[in-house]
Amino acid sequence: MDMFSNLWLGLTIASSITNLGYCLLGVFLGTAIGVLPGLGPVATIAMLLPLTFGLPPETALIMLAGIYYGAQYGGSTTAILVNLPGEPSSVVTALDGHQLARQGQAGRALSTAAIGSFIAGTVATVLIALFAPVLAEVALQFGPAEYFTLMVLGLIASVVMASGSLLHALGMILVGLLLGMVGTDVNSAMPRYTFDVPMLADGINFVVLAMGIFGLGEIAANLENEAERTLLTRKVTNLMPTRDDWKRILGPIARGTALGSVLGILPGGGAALAAFGSYSLEKRLSQEPHRFGRGAIEGVAGPESANNAGAQTSFIPMLTLGLPSNSVMALMIGAMLIQGIQPGPSVMTEQPTLFWGLIASMWIGNLMLLVLNLPMIGLWVRMIAIPYHFLFPSIIALCAIGVFSVNNSLFDVYAMALFGVVGYLFRKLDAEPAPMLLAFILGPMMEEFLRRTLLFSKGDPSVFLTRPLSAVLLAIAAILLLLVVLPVVRRKREEAFQEE
Amino acid sequence: MGLKIRSEKDFGSGLLYLLLGGAGLAIAWDYGLGTAGRMGPGYFPTLISALLLLFGVATLVRSILAEGPAIDAVNWKGLALVTLSVCLFGALLLGAGLPAALTVLILVSAMASEKFAISPKAIAAMIGLVLFCSLVFVKGLGVPMPLLGSWFSGIIAS
Repeated sequence: MDMFSNLWLGLTIASSITNLGYCLLGVFLGTAIGVLPGLGPVATIAMLLPLTFGLPPETALIMLAGIYYGAQYGGSTTAILVNLPGEPSSVVTALDGHQLARQGQAGRALSTAAIGSFIAGTVATVLIALFAPVLAEVALQFGPAEYFTLMVLGLIASVVMASGSLLHALGMILVGLLLGMVGTDVNSAMPRYTFDVPMLADGINFVVLAMGIFGLGEIAANLENEAERTLLTRKVTNLMPTRDDWKRILGPIARGTALGSVLGILPGGGAALAAFGSYSLEKRLSQEPHRFGRGAIEGVAGPESANNAGAQTSFIPMLTLGLPSNSVMALMIGAMLIQGIQPGPSVMTEQPTLFWGLIASMWIGNLMLLVLNLPMIGLWVRMIAIPYHFLFPSIIALCAIGVFSVNNSLFDVYAMALFGVVGYLFRKLDAEPAPMLLAFILGPMMEEFLRRTLLFSKGDPSVFLTRPLSAVLLAIAAILLLLVVLPVVRRKREEAFQEE
Repeated sequence: MGLKIRSEKDFGSGLLYLLLGGAGLAIAWDYGLGTAGRMGPGYFPTLISALLLLFGVATLVRSILAEGPAIDAVNWKGLALVTLSVCLFGALLLGAGLPAALTVLILVSAMASEKFAISPKAIAAMIGLVLFCSLVFVKGLGVPMPLLGSWFSGIIAS
């Protein structure tokens, strides 16, 4: 089989001493920053991105992927121990995980999360190896019309995943698209929205935007309620699940993995929706639904597997189409561009060592998480226990240095400060920054593909409907939108987000 | 008048959309629209801005029609100090050097917390962080940030 020789190639790349070392470093640092309450994967990756600049491309991507899994996993640890999920996908983990921790069962919850994540990660890695080449083949058939509609679908999907009002989320997408227009127009070389500032000629730097809005804005908001966090400082013991636990968690892990793998591939989807979906599924299937929310181990196993599987398969659209399906993938694309790699279907054929090395390292990264993190739980507990008023100045310091080092530009530092204010304002208005960030990344690509499509069709927009693949993608987007507007589904969706 | 704002958050975001959409449209006016088949640089921005204006109006209308949450109090002090600390870092980095700029950033931002207090532990943590950043980023990763800024070069030379 081709797949095995490819995976073997990947494993030989990923298991070189250097790459193993950086993978380990990434997983470790990612977990260390990720356990800090209030810091999700986006902020963690943005903050640590500069560490990878000097590395060769394979090593840099392997380390970034390690940071990603580490941050994701660290978020679960915080959700279970402090009930402070740093990102939407671990909100669900906090529901039952924290209840378990309060009953003195933190060890069971943590190990279940780790085991579920590892199994899901292994399956998802194989799925990527199986389907990425197929999808890359399909992607080569894509014309500009298909790319454009795929991005529309991605943005709509991200709106449907967002918890707030539809109108609001669509508005934020437009704001993101507009922000993405800043810079030089590729076709006419005309500067747009640059206000004669030369530093804006290349557009707004993604890292600056992400760190300002997700880092500084978040900190300013967190400072409002500095109430004591209830950390369960009791020593975490009994790390192994009992035989009864195993019986309870295997089903949820299998279902969560399946659900997460599928939802992760969807543009705009990823970990959060997968976790929500898995939780409601397990609650529905359970014979004792009343236990959910009161410390049901199934409520940790399912969502944690789903979110890890989803986090992993969300690499598929990025690797095969060059399209980010969420903000984390947008950052990965940014990192690839910095390394001089244009993401897209050609990466696999032109840089097989990079492609397969990255995939193999995903599995290795997951293995490291499992082997390393449970024994080191004492260290993570101590990291979580650092008081916030010690923590946040350090985070600001790291953000400032990180942003400066991307382009060695002071302008970026000031711009980040400005976006911090904007991010705080967004939070006050309940405006969700994640769809905006995605739109910001997709904006320039969408304009380009729209332009090319209409150039070929001589200005006739009906091509989007007459090309079959593009029509299907648009139809899916329309159905998604309709589903949210329909009263029945709407109520269900509100219920689902109520569980937060 | 029977018009009353029932949802402050909707009203606020509606205004924001109108403002951004209006500015976007006004600026894109000069970029050259072109045609759908041959888009000028202004085509896509104009499209987006116009849609944003539309959403702004819709959100404003909703803020009058439907009940919604009020905007809660803004933590001006926290926001101002966090922003100021980053700007001061930018202003001091090249002139005073990284350790000095970091120290100012940490002190100013820390004042944003209600629990701000100068204790031996806090000072030790700050020195540790400054040392760590100087070693890792300047020495280890070679980010071009001076340890001693240009303001000091004259003093040392003379």
